[in-house]
Amino acid sequence: MTENLIPWITLTVFTPLLGAIVLALVPSEHKQLHRHMTVVFMGLTFVLSLPLVLLFDDAHVGYQLTAPVENVEWIAALGARYHVGIDGISLWLVMLTTFLGPIVALSGYSAIEKHVKEYHVALLVLQTAMLGALVSLDLLLFYIFWELMLVPMYFLIGVWGGAQRIYAAIKLFIYTMFGSVLMLVGIVYLYMKGGMVGFDITHLIEVGRSLSITEQRWLFVGFGLAFLIKVPLFPFHTWLPDAHVQAPTAGSVILASVLLKMGTYGLIRYAMPMLPDGVFWAAPYIAVLSVIGVIYGAVVAFVQKDVKKLVAYSSVSHLGVVTLGLFALTSASVTGALYQSLAHGITTGGLFLAIGIIYERRHTRDMDAFGGIARQVPVFAVLFLIVTLGSAGVPGLVGFIGEYLILLGSAQSYAIAFPAEETRMFGLAFGAVGWAFFFTAIAATGVILGALYLLHMYQKVMFGPVKHDENRSLLDVNGRELTYMFPVVAMCFVMGVFPQFFIQKMDTSVQHFIAQVEQHAVEYAPMVEENRAANRERRRFRGEGDAAFSWPMIDAARSGEFSFDNGRDDDGQADDADPLPDDDDTP
Amino acid sequence: MQDIPIYEFTLLGWIALLPLLGAIFNGILGARLPRALVSTVAAGAMGVAFILSIVAVWTLFQGRFEGADGHTLYGALYHNVFTWFEVGSLRVDFELLLDPLSAVMILIITGVGFLIHVYSIGYMEGDRSWWRFFTYLNFFVFAMLMLVLGDNLVVLFLGWEGVGVASYLLIGFWYEDDEKASAGKKAFIVNRVGDFAVLLALFLLVIYAGSLSVVELREWASTLSPAQVTALGGVLTAICILLFIGCTGKSAQIPLFVWLPDAMAGPTPVSALIHAATMVTAGVYLIARLNFLFVLSPTAMTLIAVIGGLTAFFAATIGVVQNDIKKVLAYSTVSQLGFMFLAVGVGSFFAGVFHLMTHAFFKALLFLGAGSVIHGMHHEQDIRRMGGLKDYMPITRWTFLVGCLAIAGFPLFSGFFSKDEILWYTLANVHLLGGVNLSWFLWFLALGTAFLTAFYMFRLYFLTFEGECRADEKTRSHIHESPLAMTLPLVVLAVLAGFGGFVGIPPVLGNALGGLPNVMHDWLYQVIGPGEAFFAYRFEGYGMAWMSMAAATASGIGGIALAWLFYGKPSDVPGAMAEKAAAVHRILSNKYYVDEFYAATVGRGVTLLGRVCHRLVDELLIDTLLVNGTARLMGFLGSVLRVVQNGQVQRYVAFVFLGIAIILYLVLR
Repeated sequence: MTENLIPWITLTVFTPLLGAIVLALVPSEHKQLHRHMTVVFMGLTFVLSLPLVLLFDDAHVGYQLTAPVENVEWIAALGARYHVGIDGISLWLVMLTTFLGPIVALSGYSAIEKHVKEYHVALLVLQTAMLGALVSLDLLLFYIFWELMLVPMYFLIGVWGGAQRIYAAIKLFIYTMFGSVLMLVGIVYLYMKGGMVGFDITHLIEVGRSLSITEQRWLFVGFGLAFLIKVPLFPFHTWLPDAHVQAPTAGSVILASVLLKMGTYGLIRYAMPMLPDGVFWAAPYIAVLSVIGVIYGAVVAFVQKDVKKLVAYSSVSHLGVVTLGLFALTSASVTGALYQSLAHGITTGGLFLAIGIIYERRHTRDMDAFGGIARQVPVFAVLFLIVTLGSAGVPGLVGFIGEYLILLGSAQSYAIAFPAEETRMFGLAFGAVGWAFFFTAIAATGVILGALYLLHMYQKVMFGPVKHDENRSLLDVNGRELTYMFPVVAMCFVMGVFPQFFIQKMDTSVQHFIAQVEQHAVEYAPMVEENRAANRERRRFRGEGDAAFSWPMIDAARSGEFSFDNGRDDDGQADDADPLPDDDDTP
Repeated sequence: MQDIPIYEFTLLGWIALLPLLGAIFNGILGARLPRALVSTVAAGAMGVAFILSIVAVWTLFQGRFEGADGHTLYGALYHNVFTWFEVGSLRVDFELLLDPLSAVMILIITGVGFLIHVYSIGYMEGDRSWWRFFTYLNFFVFAMLMLVLGDNLVVLFLGWEGVGVASYLLIGFWYEDDEKASAGKKAFIVNRVGDFAVLLALFLLVIYAGSLSVVELREWASTLSPAQVTALGGVLTAICILLFIGCTGKSAQIPLFVWLPDAMAGPTPVSALIHAATMVTAGVYLIARLNFLFVLSPTAMTLIAVIGGLTAFFAATIGVVQNDIKKVLAYSTVSQLGFMFLAVGVGSFFAGVFHLMTHAFFKALLFLGAGSVIHGMHHEQDIRRMGGLKDYMPITRWTFLVGCLAIAGFPLFSGFFSKDEILWYTLANVHLLGGVNLSWFLWFLALGTAFLTAFYMFRLYFLTFEGECRADEKTRSHIHESPLAMTLPLVVLAVLAGFGGFVGIPPVLGNALGGLPNVMHDWLYQVIGPGEAFFAYRFEGYGMAWMSMAAATASGIGGIALAWLFYGKPSDVPGAMAEKAAAVHRILSNKYYVDEFYAATVGRGVTLLGRVCHRLVDELLIDTLLVNGTARLMGFLGSVLRVVQNGQVQRYVAFVFLGIAIILYLVLR
């Protein structure tokens, strides 16, 4: 890897903050100027983040793209450093954040009329905080960005939100703070255990691993709760519907697309590699809560009348699948969990944007107030349909890949099984595979339920006869709305058809992550070893007999080493005419 | 071991891509383009795809060679478009494979698809969402081609879900009607139930076989030793049954058939293409494609046969009392699909695919004929208000009659051959379930179904085309034969439905006629031969085969004769029968109340569960009690402690004295 001298990461992180400062200096009566400038700064941030993808080295293990000036002393007395960098886990989350920046800025042009300047300053500060949290490699730095995210979000909901915005904002704040405080205790404990030399995460991760199982459990409760509330995992989710419903469109989009991902990101970056035994201890319980969340979120979404609330509960369902994948700890499921995080960002963000568009026209989120508007707003109908189907996980669109990988991975997981003595339920004994498959099967019902509530929503809003006269004169999307909806819809296709472009940059980091967790498990090391043996055992089902037909060329064709000469080599010689091993049960 | 050669064939990608390009073109620009251009692009894409398919199949045919066991083999054409995704050891390529089985399928899809596109130009004339219709239709064909061409099961699944989406969009095409929009939604959700099972089966396959490529799976399945098959028994059965549950969704079998009759809400060409000729047969295709897996699980096979046979019979009984021309055909489709599952379940994958093909011809023909009638009668669908249409629309009438004869299994029409094959294998192979041989049971079930099929189809024919016209004066004056764009496909399909069966002459006839080959079976041997070798005949010679054929023919002709007796001339027998057996008639008219049952259990259940979770758990337990309860507890504690610090010196003094008193008490006690 070549030395990276330009601090692209720092530029990406602080450009929005610079924008916020510039905006603060412009008098507040220039509303339109504030809007334009925000879009420009958000766009600039996105452009500045593009080199991260281009310079990213797929094969590199660990953090990369840290410029020399990005690893410097910050608070000498504590040993805290300003240290930023990215790896395959944070790369795409950073890109998702910068990608959505201009989009959310554009979405508020006509919706926000009061305190325009402050609104945009809040958006920009929030952007910096989120990006900062994603790239920090120093736990104290991370914690500060983490807490900083809460402040602008609190105001976005509390000032520009709906009727019950204060309740929602406070609920969000308290819920998150509750977890954060526990995390802070954990950070301090680790810091002291580590000899109070600093907060570098590589160092603290090593400290965490060396702790006893009891300590790991307690710390995992602290860190885990902080992140799982953010995800949100059932039953810590009730702040989410309120926050979503009350937040302005931009707030909902950021909340769903990026803030929730901070939870999964925190788990995979900090909590899980730091506390491997804690992970194995908690995994089955989290799996239970995850699959409950999948069904719970879906059925509650189904009975909602408020379309934003419906989408909010769909997040609970979708993210239940993500946490299941994360704790299943197989390469497919963790990759899937990361991919699904991105997918959820695109589709749910897209759904909130779409809802924002019709909300601006009718000022209601009640599904019964719509119906039959597909004829009035044909372009909108198409865009809305694509994000809806993307969210429902239709193959070829973004939602499928992540969901599929998660379920595939968790079906073969050993981590989410309850230890042997706890597996006798209802007189039934489950093996590790049994548990994993059981959880997977329940989570996979999300496939059915997702279609149920999403198509229900789409039909209620778009199809049927026009029931309300005010809907007859509804305007289709304008140029600005199309400008910000189009990239989202395009990403639905791009990420559904060409996932490999994204996955290949994650792969090394994901494999490294899993290997780290598995290698450093002490208490649960026998379980890891047992799983390896079981995997070997399963391979005994790989063919013993002779195949009737074989396809010798297909492997070569797949790897591209085989050149087809369309002439035949027609020596279909027969070494064995016996078609199949004669083990059939038919007489 | 027999090596199967593969040949790179880039055109495969174009066959699938052309309809997609058509859909993208019309989807983006269609609204602003002239109608003629939209339909030309859509039908043109299909036409070129059909020609390319012929080229591909011809190329495949050119590569034939004699295999070790004397059968003709063809190898496969192959094209890897790109790697879809790759994680760890799992790699999913977007690879397309054309072997004899998928060759049959792509010819049906692009060929019948092309005809139906042409037909739609006439049928959809005047619809304001013309471009949208052709966009969806082209998209459907793309997805269907992915389904049959995909070598990887994940690519197959992409097509599998894709056709579901297309079906959803096309059933709800006239979405202003809430009922039609609901029908589309229902189709998608019921299909998703099946897809859920398919997903689980795919996971099990990855775990145990380590691959999802059909080619690799085939090698894996055929290299399993007897001991391994025994050890894997439960898993294999689970995989097969899960896959079959997926098939019951897609192909409308018990218990997931409920969406198909409702799907008739879509435009009639859609019913013909998607809900008769192609998409609904995907389940049969899947089982034929994975026949090497299914033969390893006799339990699953017999289950498939039983479900297929029961569905066939059950749907036929409902078809007898329906009065909507499209509903009759819908239940007939469910019934015929049951036949196909019976065929693959009894181990004759050939008969399943063969019937799939003949059914595609005659059912597409019947649906298009029904569409022609509906078009001619200005959207009248009730056969009680039809009759005597033979004078008004002769082409439609004659072609429809050919379709009816074919589906009834009238000798030498296509359905005769395929149905005979199914009946014969049902009887000839042994199907054990719980130690009981179900051969005769299934055979009688199929025979009864064949009788009912002939009966309700000719009931439909007589009520529609013969006798007096029962339409009101106004409608009658407007009845007209359909335009050429609609009648031409009817004629082409009628020819196929009439003579298509000769590619699959059963051995019993072929032998009697001096060794005529069963062309289609030979063609498919490479794919299904080893699977079919798992089953052996119970009977020697051709005696039982003649008996079975005679019985099938008799039941078909018997059904036609009965329909003629009842409906061929004015008669009050049907009315009297309906009155006598009012209870039976009511149950049949209401389709055994299956929809009501699902609505009451599943539908209500989900809603109720959602309400309980929302009101009780979310709002009451978590929010009110825990979250706000904590807040209120804090508030309460605050209000208690506030009493202590209210700023009054007197009270502070009082507290000081109280404190001293307590301390004194504790010290002096």
